[in-house]
Amino acid sequence: MEKLAELLQYIFSGLTNGAIYALIGLGFSIIFNATAIINFAQGEFVMLGALVVIAFSALGLSLPLALVLAVAAVTVMGLAFERLAIRPARDATAISLIIITVGGGVLIKGLAMLLWGKDAYTLPPFSGQEPLTLAGATILPQSLWIMALTLLLVVGLEAFLHFTILGKAMRAASYNPVAARLVGIRVSQMVQFSFGLSAALGAAAGVLIAPITMGVYDMGTMLGLKGFCAAVIGGLGSIFGVVLGGLLLGVAEALASGLVSSGYRDAVAFLILLLVLFFRPQGLIGRRPLRSS
Amino acid sequence: MARYQRWLQAGVFYLLVALSGSLLPGTYYVTLLNLIGLHIIIVLGLNLLMGYAGQISLGHAAFFGLGAYTSGILTATYKVDPLLALLAGLLLSTLVAVIVGIPALKLKGYYLAMATLGFGIIVAIAFQQMDWLTGGPSGFMGIPPFRFLGWRFQTPAAKFFLVWALVGLILFLSLNIVDSRIGRALRAIHDSETAALAMGVDAQRLKLLIFVVSALYASLAGSLLAHTVNFIAPSSFGFMFSIKLVTMVVVGGMASIWGSLLGAAVLTVLPELLAVFHDLEVVIFGLILMVVMIFLPRGLVRGLLDLWELRRRKKQGR
Repeated sequence: MEKLAELLQYIFSGLTNGAIYALIGLGFSIIFNATAIINFAQGEFVMLGALVVIAFSALGLSLPLALVLAVAAVTVMGLAFERLAIRPARDATAISLIIITVGGGVLIKGLAMLLWGKDAYTLPPFSGQEPLTLAGATILPQSLWIMALTLLLVVGLEAFLHFTILGKAMRAASYNPVAARLVGIRVSQMVQFSFGLSAALGAAAGVLIAPITMGVYDMGTMLGLKGFCAAVIGGLGSIFGVVLGGLLLGVAEALASGLVSSGYRDAVAFLILLLVLFFRPQGLIGRRPLRSS
Repeated sequence: MARYQRWLQAGVFYLLVALSGSLLPGTYYVTLLNLIGLHIIIVLGLNLLMGYAGQISLGHAAFFGLGAYTSGILTATYKVDPLLALLAGLLLSTLVAVIVGIPALKLKGYYLAMATLGFGIIVAIAFQQMDWLTGGPSGFMGIPPFRFLGWRFQTPAAKFFLVWALVGLILFLSLNIVDSRIGRALRAIHDSETAALAMGVDAQRLKLLIFVVSALYASLAGSLLAHTVNFIAPSSFGFMFSIKLVTMVVVGGMASIWGSLLGAAVLTVLPELLAVFHDLEVVIFGLILMVVMIFLPRGLVRGLLDLWELRRRKKQGR
């Protein structure tokens, strides 16, 4: 019985992290589908989300207002990133684009270090510190917030992509840019929106995780790579796949670090990534093998 | 004729090495030059893989690390002869490259990049976590200097000649590979894998061969690193260094052997120059990476040539 509670505990913490990975992974997937670019700066938007919300709340803004403003601010930065770093390099090769996004990530991280220094900052949880008990395992209220808001964001994203004109235009531009242009969609604008949207998702992940892990300038890199693993594991082409990939990854990590060794926690994600790439490169859910650029 | 030219190039190269070796201006510059030499060795291999075989690797720092740690651990902890340790590193790297390469090289483009990235990070984590063997995050110390036929390469100058003698060897080996039957087959794969297959080129085997060759270069450089700086830490072999290596290839120019020398030199010296900016260092480095890739995506030499050509044409057009 105690063993079961312990297992449940790992699963709770795994699902919490997994939801965060899923949000970050969705950012990768949206940009990849729109442009066939892997945006290695994605993790830095998570860090920005966390540090900006902490800064706003330190200014005395109420938490909900600070959350919304932080996500909005980082979205603007995502739009600016596309305009300044990606659009001028339209004709670059895949390798050059990888270097550009990594360089962008290094730049953003460096600027964050200049602004905030190397200290870690805390954010109070959205509601209460008191852990809840569930079948012998405990869970932080913040974890429930993370899971609930992630669910809300994923449903919202689905709805946005399928039921709004803008969302439909973005999908059209990613399926077939030439045809989309023919029906009057401004593809370059859709590409920019995709960067804004994934920056927003990354920032959302950052503000959600900030009360648990604290905010620090170099938190983004590893989170970004994990989100990227989640996206590839689930299948870059499918929202449901990315969410599943994120949750699976989170739980696998929590179980591995709880039951085997915590030192190799970070390696689990990349091990699963390799296995998936070798045996099912389109991802667990992906139906078609994606374009190999 | 071509052979005669190659010997001439080799002569000039080694003359330059001998000259700069005897006119060395101080330990700092020797250490920097040694580091440039080691990076050149890795970049030459990576350029064969990226520029000629057309395959991306975002995990080559792992092979650099495998060489460094094998040499370091075997010579310092187990008192093995440095040359044997170096060979052991090469053997281990070959083994790992074959095991990873066979499934990974079936993937294309971004998927290959992802797989090599994952591989590189796993190896970097292993260096950190196997602290009973590698000393963990704080690093591995006390590696003895290289010994060969009774010579001990202990002084900075001796290390300089050791490193750059091998840089020359690898450089001319690479030039010969490019001009050989293998090199032509590689370029055929790069242009069109289907066409190359139809002509009877065993693309899969060749890609694996070049992957192993590039891993061997990196492993050799790693072993030399262990014996020249006598201290290694896992942070030198992570994701960022893999990216730096790829950047060196692109800045020098893909499929340009001589460009590799330039790319490695520029990106090794740059952080040293930027060190005066202290906290701004990384910011400027990131900015330079982006600007160079945006405006000179074909590398420094070809990019500047392109710009010059463009200006000349504009002038004539008037």
